Amino acid sequence: MNPLDGNAIAGPLASFFGTEMTTAEGSCRHCGRTSRVAELRVYASGPGTVARCPTCEGVLFVVTEIREQISVSSDGFAFVAGA
Amino acid sequence: MLDVPNWPGHLAGQHVDLRLTAEDGYQAQRSYSIASAPEDRDLVLTVARVDDGEVSPYLVDDLQPGDELEVRGPIGGYFAWEDRMTGPVLLVGGGSGVVPLRSMLRHHRASQSTLETRLIYSVRSPEDVIYRDELTELAGDDTIDVRLAFTRTSPPEWDGLRGRIDAGVLDDLGWDSSPDAVAFICGPNGFVEFVAQSLVALGHPPRQIKTERFG
Amino acid sequence: MAPVARGFHGRRRTEESGRLPPGQYLTLDFPVLSAGPTPHTPTDRWSFSIDGAVDRTISWTWEQFLALPTEEVTVDIHCVTKWSKLDTRWRGVPVDSMLHNVSTSAQYLTAWSDGGYTTNLAVSDVTGGKAWIVYEYDGEALEPEHGGPARLLVPALYFWKSAKWVRGLRLTDEDEPGFWEGYGYHNHGDPWREQRYQGD
Repeated sequence: MNPLDGNAIAGPLASFFGTEMTTAEGSCRHCGRTSRVAELRVYASGPGTVARCPTCEGVLFVVTEIREQISVSSDGFAFVAGA
Repeated sequence: MLDVPNWPGHLAGQHVDLRLTAEDGYQAQRSYSIASAPEDRDLVLTVARVDDGEVSPYLVDDLQPGDELEVRGPIGGYFAWEDRMTGPVLLVGGGSGVVPLRSMLRHHRASQSTLETRLIYSVRSPEDVIYRDELTELAGDDTIDVRLAFTRTSPPEWDGLRGRIDAGVLDDLGWDSSPDAVAFICGPNGFVEFVAQSLVALGHPPRQIKTERFG
Repeated sequence: MAPVARGFHGRRRTEESGRLPPGQYLTLDFPVLSAGPTPHTPTDRWSFSIDGAVDRTISWTWEQFLALPTEEVTVDIHCVTKWSKLDTRWRGVPVDSMLHNVSTSAQYLTAWSDGGYTTNLAVSDVTGGKAWIVYEYDGEALEPEHGGPARLLVPALYFWKSAKWVRGLRLTDEDEPGFWEGYGYHNHGDPWREQRYQGD
């Protein structure tokens, strides 16, 4: 299963956060690696969509669309302020 | 060609999400790159028909002028041409990955950019080339260079690139010696991964390699 | 309301025999769904364990697992992303015969997999001939992209419950949401009651 990249979740993220997110930066809470959202590995074929760290494959984001409602859990990703 | 009410304008390289709803409520959603330049009057998507696809055959075969679609966008900001870029630009497209790069080249011309820009377009055969005439015409610009690489069949007496793009080609045609160089790579996953890694190995600044993969 | 795309039907087939749960469509291929990279655990480093709220932990190596009595089953499977596939043929070990080796009063369990995936199930949903740890699909070794070397098969529930790359069952006294259940998917996931999301 080949992952996509963070550009693939740009739409739902923009809807959820109200702003363009692919250039946003953050660090992985599992391994510390800093990435831009566009650089994450995205697995989009499941019930929801999972974005993982390009270094350690830890889960950074989970995006679901349930009953037309987009939810984003970004527990694994610490956004860098001002990036 | 889409007519989107209140379209805010876009950046070259951005995409839209299209959502199709069947009469019984079934929905399918896909992302498509914008093929037109921000300066163009019409918003244009180029959709490659995937024979066993669910959405692209509908868009290519069944959609009629006047039909309504649900469009979200413009989307993205990372894989987008920025007018503040200062270095030479390398565009590498595989198959329909050339679509957002075509938007960038049109923008380059419309905005009279002077950035040295080179497109390497990997495509199966001459019949598969999209925008052939336009690319030839764009290549007439002093600062735009277009190289086609045919992976399966090349035209008779073709003296250009053949076969899959390899590190040697990227070494010859990349801008790896320039610290300001920017690369945009779009295409199928394996293609993008290979080109991006090759450019890094050649010394291209990793932060200035921007990728967009499709499944 | 979303505008209707005139003439759009999607890649769907319907089935009149009553074997498709509500909202499901028939597929003939076998879509690959995954929340992460495909693990490739070699069978000489594979083991399967039953632990948690049990009187003793038990585990099998790949060879020991293959030596257990197997069943061949042909079942329909239903994915929450709305595809269903009929008459899929599997070979594996009934979960009943594996759980038979431990004593427990726990009523729930978490199936856990290589790569970190988890899903929660009631013990009653995997006993009584309703679940298997399968390692063959359609007469061939189960491919890694479909969950090989071995996956859980619980055909009566949406297919996210049939954890790929499963490595163990952890018995729990409380029902603890697994990966997708924690992000709003239904705790039980019965396709015939269309239990897709929490609250269905």
